[in-house]
Amino acid sequence: MEKVELIHLRQDVDLPYHWAAGRYGSMMLRALRDRKVILGNRCPQCNKVYVPPRVVCGPCFVQPSEVVELSPAGILAGYSVVNYPFIDPETGQKRPVPYTYAYIKLDGCDNYLSHLVDETDPSRLYPGVRVEAVFRPDGERVGRLQDILHFRVVD
Amino acid sequence: MAQRVGIIGFGQTYHRSHRDDVNGVELINEAVRAALEDAGLTIDDIDAVVIGNMDHFEAVNYVDTWSVDGSGAWMKPLIKLTTGGTTGSTLGIAGYHHAASGLFDVVLVIGWEKNSESDTTGAIITCSDPIFDRFSFSGALPGLAVEASAYIKRYGIKEEDAARVAVRDRAHGANNPYAQLQTPVTIEEVMQSPMLSWPIKLLDICPRSDGAAAVIFAGERKARQLCSQPAWVHYTAVRHSHTYFGDVDYTRLHTLEAAVQELYHHMGIKEPLKELDVVELYQPYSFAGLKWIEAMGLCKPGESPRLIWDGVTDMGGELPFNPSGGVICTNCIGATGLLRIGEAALQVMDRAIGRQVPDVNLALATGFGGAYWSDLMLLGKKPW
Repeated sequence: MEKVELIHLRQDVDLPYHWAAGRYGSMMLRALRDRKVILGNRCPQCNKVYVPPRVVCGPCFVQPSEVVELSPAGILAGYSVVNYPFIDPETGQKRPVPYTYAYIKLDGCDNYLSHLVDETDPSRLYPGVRVEAVFRPDGERVGRLQDILHFRVVD
Repeated sequence: MAQRVGIIGFGQTYHRSHRDDVNGVELINEAVRAALEDAGLTIDDIDAVVIGNMDHFEAVNYVDTWSVDGSGAWMKPLIKLTTGGTTGSTLGIAGYHHAASGLFDVVLVIGWEKNSESDTTGAIITCSDPIFDRFSFSGALPGLAVEASAYIKRYGIKEEDAARVAVRDRAHGANNPYAQLQTPVTIEEVMQSPMLSWPIKLLDICPRSDGAAAVIFAGERKARQLCSQPAWVHYTAVRHSHTYFGDVDYTRLHTLEAAVQELYHHMGIKEPLKELDVVELYQPYSFAGLKWIEAMGLCKPGESPRLIWDGVTDMGGELPFNPSGGVICTNCIGATGLLRIGEAALQVMDRAIGRQVPDVNLALATGFGGAYWSDLMLLGKKPW
């Protein structure tokens, strides 16, 4: 078959978005920013406490009524040490590796918080190990989930 | 339902990491022409078209209109569907619903993806909640690795057990001329491949593929008229669950458990290992070939390694999985679930050249995606 030139066109897209955190999300982000407190809310039907707090418990389809202040500590439920590079749509740049992506079960909460752990040696991590939140210092918290810098393993 | 439905045609492209020789519309057209030829139809025989992909991979949002020349949907009823990893299985189920309703007799269903056109992980991250999940979410691979980390700790699963699953699918893929990866691998090669996202190594995970699939569904009268052995749709089940990744219980795949229990109950299946003849499992990584067959009720939790090492799921075993090589050999994401359905249909129609399981009466195809969602379609030799 005759070899023909095949053409690709590259385009880097800079497309800004403004996402509304909503009433419950804003409540949680304000508490993180102003008080270094992680908030959840409890479903009155199944009694589960959720983080982030939300307008409805999906399985029950009932509005959680009670806002709960959660512990900044808990256990690592699942994790992965990420070693491969990819473009982070948050920044348009390659996300630095390695880092540890983790699901954290905060004390008093029934689901997991997706976040990062500042430990990339798999031998020091296991499901069940205790971790706690490290907050950004005063003046650097802006009202987003990254106001928690990461979680750290509590030996 | 108004009428029973059978699959009467299936076409797929030759899947590759980069199909630079075609654009998206040309890729779609390749699968559509193959499906029409397989069914012995022309585009004039098609009453409606269902198409889908994960549109953030190519950043073309009106795929239904953009692709209309290639899909053959010109001046026909046309709908686009997209549900993440389950897109392909959603498409198949929607095609079935269109025909089963009696409103359309012959329905063309198309799934496609050109994963080479973007950073797959970067694009997939945009599926997550922008406020609470996106900054930490790391794409499909670490999301699955989290599940694996919890599973192997709980049941003492070894990385070699998972490697044996990858070895099976890569061996099967060598029989499929359409598969992207057609070279077998050994346990040692899997174990020594680079660690991408602990505990998942390069050869534990699916590739990213360019490819398309097209499946033609027909109502009973048309199916009998047009096809000597349709693959009859017996049952479908769908379970989509959560918004946030942190809401999923990673110790079990509840969606698949619930979907198969509904299907087994409806079909009167008591012993799936004996009663099913072949499974095309949407299994994007090797550890799923362990944990998810437990969710399917083929064995008790933690016991799947025995089935895998005993060859129960190999070609020639009691219940072969993924004769096509499955997702580990080909993953053009919007097509992947539909490929499972198409390959399962070929098995029922006795037309899976080079990869046919003997005497298939019942074939199960699954879909997986999103926050651990599951879809099922059961196909059979006789109408249900």
